[in-house]
Amino acid sequence: MSGTPENIVRLDGVEKHFGAVRALDGVDLAVNAGECVGLVGHNGAGKSTLMNVLSGTTAPGAGVISLRGVDVTRGYSVATATTAGIRCVFQELSLCPNLTVAENARIMHSALSGFGWRRRAGALIIDQLDRIFPGHGIAAGDNVGDLSIARRQMVEIARAFSVTDTAAALVILDEPTSSLDAHVAAQLLAFVRDFVAAGGSCILISHLLGEIIDTADRIIVMRDGKVVAERAGSGFTRDSLVAAMGSVAKDDAAGRAAFASKRESGAPRVRAKPKAQTDGRDLVAHPGEIVGLAGLDGHGQKAMLLAIMGEGETGQGDVTVTGPLALVAGDRQNDGIFPLWSIARNTGIRSLRALRTGFLIDRKKEDALAEEWRERIGIRTPDVHNNILSLSGGNQQKALFARALASDAETVLMDDPMRGVDVGTKQEVYGMIREEAKGGRTFIWYTTEMDELDHCDHVYVFRDGRIVADLPRSELTEEKVLHSSFEEAKS
Amino acid sequence: MSSIRQIFEKPWIWAFVAAIGVWIATITFTQGQGAGGVLTAAFSFATFSVIVALGQMMVITLGPGNVDLSIPATMTLAGTVATKVMATQDSMIIFGLLVALGVGLGVGLVNYGLIRLLRIPPIIATLSSSFLFQSAAIWYNRGLRIKPPPLLADFATSTVWGVPVLAIFIIVLSVAIHIALHRTVYGRSVTAIGQNMRAASLAGINVNRVRFLTYILCAVFAALNGFFFSAFSGGAALNMGQTYLLNSIAVVVIGGTSVAGGFANVPGLWGAALFLFLVEAMLNTYGLGAGIRLLLTGLIIVGVITAAGGQKTAR
Repeated sequence: MSGTPENIVRLDGVEKHFGAVRALDGVDLAVNAGECVGLVGHNGAGKSTLMNVLSGTTAPGAGVISLRGVDVTRGYSVATATTAGIRCVFQELSLCPNLTVAENARIMHSALSGFGWRRRAGALIIDQLDRIFPGHGIAAGDNVGDLSIARRQMVEIARAFSVTDTAAALVILDEPTSSLDAHVAAQLLAFVRDFVAAGGSCILISHLLGEIIDTADRIIVMRDGKVVAERAGSGFTRDSLVAAMGSVAKDDAAGRAAFASKRESGAPRVRAKPKAQTDGRDLVAHPGEIVGLAGLDGHGQKAMLLAIMGEGETGQGDVTVTGPLALVAGDRQNDGIFPLWSIARNTGIRSLRALRTGFLIDRKKEDALAEEWRERIGIRTPDVHNNILSLSGGNQQKALFARALASDAETVLMDDPMRGVDVGTKQEVYGMIREEAKGGRTFIWYTTEMDELDHCDHVYVFRDGRIVADLPRSELTEEKVLHSSFEEAKS
Repeated sequence: MSSIRQIFEKPWIWAFVAAIGVWIATITFTQGQGAGGVLTAAFSFATFSVIVALGQMMVITLGPGNVDLSIPATMTLAGTVATKVMATQDSMIIFGLLVALGVGLGVGLVNYGLIRLLRIPPIIATLSSSFLFQSAAIWYNRGLRIKPPPLLADFATSTVWGVPVLAIFIIVLSVAIHIALHRTVYGRSVTAIGQNMRAASLAGINVNRVRFLTYILCAVFAALNGFFFSAFSGGAALNMGQTYLLNSIAVVVIGGTSVAGGFANVPGLWGAALFLFLVEAMLNTYGLGAGIRLLLTGLIIVGVITAAGGQKTAR
């Protein structure tokens, strides 16, 4: 049972347990040359663990790994995978932020050595970026830490596809489009099709079901560490895919029809004008309102959120805020997680003052808060005292949601927080946001996903650090948002 | 069994194990003679190490790059000013203590002012400010050594059943800092900032205020140490703080606090401070030359840190 030579890679009965959590529970998977395999499933279904096994970073507890028909299970490592041309773009970005784009390219391609390696590495990576993302606007000498999360993702993807001594036989893309806007994501998916047509292979993991159905030749659905469905891409529809994953899609048309503006009564909680804004437009958020920030990634939405938070340099525009604020970070590693702490402590940090009895923090209150939100938001863990990093990416995100929603904040800012969160959880969180808004909370929501704008009462479209469109929900259409996003700024 | 294993999973246990081991090695050599005396001396000197290490620990816990190098100069300045103000008068002791604490407050303000307003990295800011404080101490008293008030000297050197009275006070202070670290908003804020300063700020923590308070705290503790140490050693000397620069950092690290920030440990400070003194005492008892003593001190410290660190990664 070690497969045929056509199988670039084949896994048989692979298992991996982390304590009581069965991350992989007997998975069979084969990928052939010239094929794009889509992989979907809820958070914690085992997708990322499976990819870690494939790329050699996690050793499986049981099962057989074979490459082109040869059993390589014993001593399978990152080096084995790399020699076989298996490349990985992880959900948690793995670039070094203190190095330049070219230097990061060199880390993966050890063939770039000797005099002038930096120049050659730069040429290699920029050439690949040009091929995948024409008009990317990244230079080889840019420090990765200074790039937006979308551009970092683009560099990471280009690095995985670029070729030095070993060809890229199989490229694993784990949530590659989660921080890309629609335009750049389309560029990537088109490139993947070309790559596959030329004989390469891809594994594509995504929560955006539309792009999986359009791009993948074959789709594998995982649930609770097992493969529960496998069919040709054309054999699935959005609904059947969601059903296979084990959750039901809800239509939101009723909500749209019943829209009523919340702007008639009362003063706004937040009024903010971007620094670059030249006309009189400003962002306004009233009690109980869900306000969306749209547009292409990196056009001033995050800067706006930070300005409202009171972060960054002074003079980032005029901002007036009443009432306490909380932020749900999208860039988990940099803006959200405290890696040495438990889930409970990570949840409670925004509410420390409320968790006190007298002068001291009450551990019982802290645990109760974490336990309540573990239930409400469905954080998948046996114990809230476990370290936050024991959670999968999507579950870490839920803990960050819990941190903000459990706090006393009247206004919750969200920085594209649904990156890497599965469909079922998204629906739950959307429901929770609407409920909280009904209760009077204000949400300011930066999102790169068009679907999420449907939940907003009011949408501001950003371009070049400015608000270029201001759409109440009754006037909101995808065309209008796209049109404004791409419209050249009027001088 | 499981409770024993739990104790051995604590990061501070290794410093205590090492301290007790070294003590046993010492009294074995002397065949039990002076076993109590060595312990009393160890507690006396460990007390002074712990006072400064408490502050240094909080500063280091603020994260990479945070360290206070002005501790020796602060001790000297506070000790010098306080002994001169007290002028050997018992009635002036309280006033002298307040003056010493005031010096600490001023030092903390200068240090954080340099760090925050001039954006100088803490390691450079506190290094350069320490030259200012040292010079101020020299200028203030021209290097003359004034005796402490007799009552204060008695207090600083007195013991109850072999336990230094000052040590008891500082154990109480350590307990207070331990509680502050784990159970107050301030303590949580310090450990949050040490792990991820940006996330801490976005989670609503006033990062500047917490860092400011921490540098003040460290300087005030250094000043307090200068006050008591000059009382203990018969007056403030210009070089009295010298050994406390590296000692404070070593005690923090051996005690199980993370050098990378975000994780602090108070009990370990006592273990480490006792250990460092006892190693010195042991090697002195053995009658070894100065070179060998330093060499062995280095090797023993590396050994203890490796044992403690190895335990951590095995989990």
